Amino acid sequence: MDLGALFGSFDNFASFTVGGLVFGAIYALIALGYTMVYGVLQLINFAHSEVFMFGTFAVAWIFVLLHGTSDVSWSLGKALPILLVAFVAAMIVSALVALLLERVAYRPLIQKNAPKLIALISAIGASFALSEAMGLRDRFAGWFGLDHKLSNYVSPGAARDVYSNPVSIQPHKLFEIGGYAVSDVDIVIIVAALLMMFALDQFVRRTRFGRGIRAVAQDPESASLMGVNSTRVVQVTFLIGGLMAGAAATLYMMKIGSTRQNAGFILGVKAFTAAVMGGIGNLRGALLGGLLLGIMENWGAAVFGSEWRDVVAFVLLVLILLVRPSGLLGEALGKARA
Amino acid sequence: MTSFRSALAPIGNGWNEITDWFGRQPRAVRILAGAVVVLFFYSLPLLRPPLLTTNQIDFGGVMFQVAAFALVALGLNIVIGYAGLLDLGYVGFYATGAYTTGVLTSHHGSWPFFLALPVAIVVTMITGVILGAPTLRVRGDYLAIVTLGFGEIIRICVKNIEWLGASAGIKDIPHPNSIGPAPKPPFDPGGLFEIPRVVWNGVVPSLDREHPTHFLIFGATDATPYYWLLLTALILVVIGDRLVKASKVGRAWEATREDEDAAELMGVHTFKYKLMAFALGAGIGGLSGSFYASGQGGYISPDSFPLLLSMLFVAAVIVGGSGNRWGAMAGGALVAYLPERFREFADYRLLVFGLALTTLAVFRPEGLLPPRRTRRAKAVLAEIDALEEGDVEEEGTHV
Repeated sequence: MDLGALFGSFDNFASFTVGGLVFGAIYALIALGYTMVYGVLQLINFAHSEVFMFGTFAVAWIFVLLHGTSDVSWSLGKALPILLVAFVAAMIVSALVALLLERVAYRPLIQKNAPKLIALISAIGASFALSEAMGLRDRFAGWFGLDHKLSNYVSPGAARDVYSNPVSIQPHKLFEIGGYAVSDVDIVIIVAALLMMFALDQFVRRTRFGRGIRAVAQDPESASLMGVNSTRVVQVTFLIGGLMAGAAATLYMMKIGSTRQNAGFILGVKAFTAAVMGGIGNLRGALLGGLLLGIMENWGAAVFGSEWRDVVAFVLLVLILLVRPSGLLGEALGKARA
Repeated sequence: MTSFRSALAPIGNGWNEITDWFGRQPRAVRILAGAVVVLFFYSLPLLRPPLLTTNQIDFGGVMFQVAAFALVALGLNIVIGYAGLLDLGYVGFYATGAYTTGVLTSHHGSWPFFLALPVAIVVTMITGVILGAPTLRVRGDYLAIVTLGFGEIIRICVKNIEWLGASAGIKDIPHPNSIGPAPKPPFDPGGLFEIPRVVWNGVVPSLDREHPTHFLIFGATDATPYYWLLLTALILVVIGDRLVKASKVGRAWEATREDEDAAELMGVHTFKYKLMAFALGAGIGGLSGSFYASGQGGYISPDSFPLLLSMLFVAAVIVGGSGNRWGAMAGGALVAYLPERFREFADYRLLVFGLALTTLAVFRPEGLLPPRRTRRAKAVLAEIDALEEGDVEEEGTHV
């Protein structure tokens, strides 16, 4: 039976669903960063979108470094070696940015036990600064007289414009669902995201450090009395969020192929929405929320037109919160069972 | 590190001393001092003091924006500072007010501005209630993301609905009605009388009769009358804010913010008061947006209301000192003024702004001008600490 026939105005139901799953997987990976930090600190890590944005640039830079600036279109197999290097590089860059963020914008406030609103302001400030720093990278290179050497990376005079990966990855059809050709890129993105999340879930549930994270999430004071180093736990939480954002950045660049200094903002808002929808502080909730958000907004875009995509996402969020005020799975990080 | 913090402390302390001094003066002195301050602010765009005046951009226009941001910060302060609700989509109300005015006065009607203004406020308040009624029941942290979404929904709606001008926006929004004879170009500028402005040669002031402000013509060339109108609205709102804050409603807000469960147990209908704060804050946002729409440019478009603006508004309130109306207004004024004053660093201004926000949050979490409550609370805490220490010592001597 053709599923598309069920939905009158959907010509290609399957296409919207698979497309939604792909974006949903990316949302979910970014959402993990929000949900982990919220679970441990009860803070909205507003600057997480910038962590992701730095990852996307790392991917593009690695391709420029290892391939050059000539625009080519490669198959996934041909791009795979560089892609793997970029994957690692993006995770490292994003993790470093996340650690820097924790050290500069959060730790002094956590130590002072400052109100949550202040931490949010600190994060908003850090988000502006990080995004602008990327937008002004041509100036920074200029200060050190490096703008000619680094011109491929900073693109002088247009540092705020779209920065494209010179290698665009050509998707290849693997099989067909309801008339939609599912490509290798789609499958790799979904599978990679699921693997990353499974690994993280196991890490939090089974390892010693995961137990520490859950302990601090439940009760920071008791946890530190029991010998858990809560500063270290917070650090690891940010590190993990950064690693996941770096992975998401690689997958995003595989699919989209270009980025800019404010690319993280709306994606970050969506990812946070996904985290809230699934139940913030809940790792599996982030996955569910991400995938659901991706699919629903794609369906919404199909029915109402693509300009209403974000409206559908936010209205869905409000509806879910009205019915289930603590998100779909609504379980805190600390309550995850080992 | 500590030196930076101690460098900031005098701002708060100095403000405390000023307010304490003010409170001790006889009524006549207080009225006089208040009048002098108000007069100073009214004449600021004509005095054009050196250092303060922006060189590359019309100072009157900058002051208009400063007053608009101060008004917005005052409204958001009710929501964040008094009721303790984090609203990240305040720009949505600002846009609602602006668009209501635009639609009524030019796009689909030809109402005069002063008739459209109250309608804009009411429409925005209703929007606030519609948004608040379902969402104020969810947990506080989620409110942030729901309001963030609301701000974005409003922007996307005005961008895509043809009836609201779509992405082209609304042009030629009429200015407020002028007082006095209308201008007859090219020679008669109209108005009841002219006020010259001051030019400064170094520190020596002299009168500049070439560029007078015509009282009271809302035209396209001079932004100062718009600033006066907005400042008047700001003063009225401040008076209203004082009255509400000192009333039963203000106390209910404070109780709800400090401990919602305890307030509910004490018989405070917390949801009602939260909704009231939301609607009042929204109304003030709408008021400011309405003035913005009918301002000198007379043009609004979806791009005038980016989500980033919401962040700036929240930052203004928190940086200035959430819960203290003067602090919030100062924060709003600073956030609007500093980027215009330092235009020569235009490329770096957002970077510097971001760094400044983080630095301020880390080194002065209570904001530049913290509310009196915190000071009172601090004093009480210190007293309790002292008492407890005394008790311990006493026990120590007994044993």
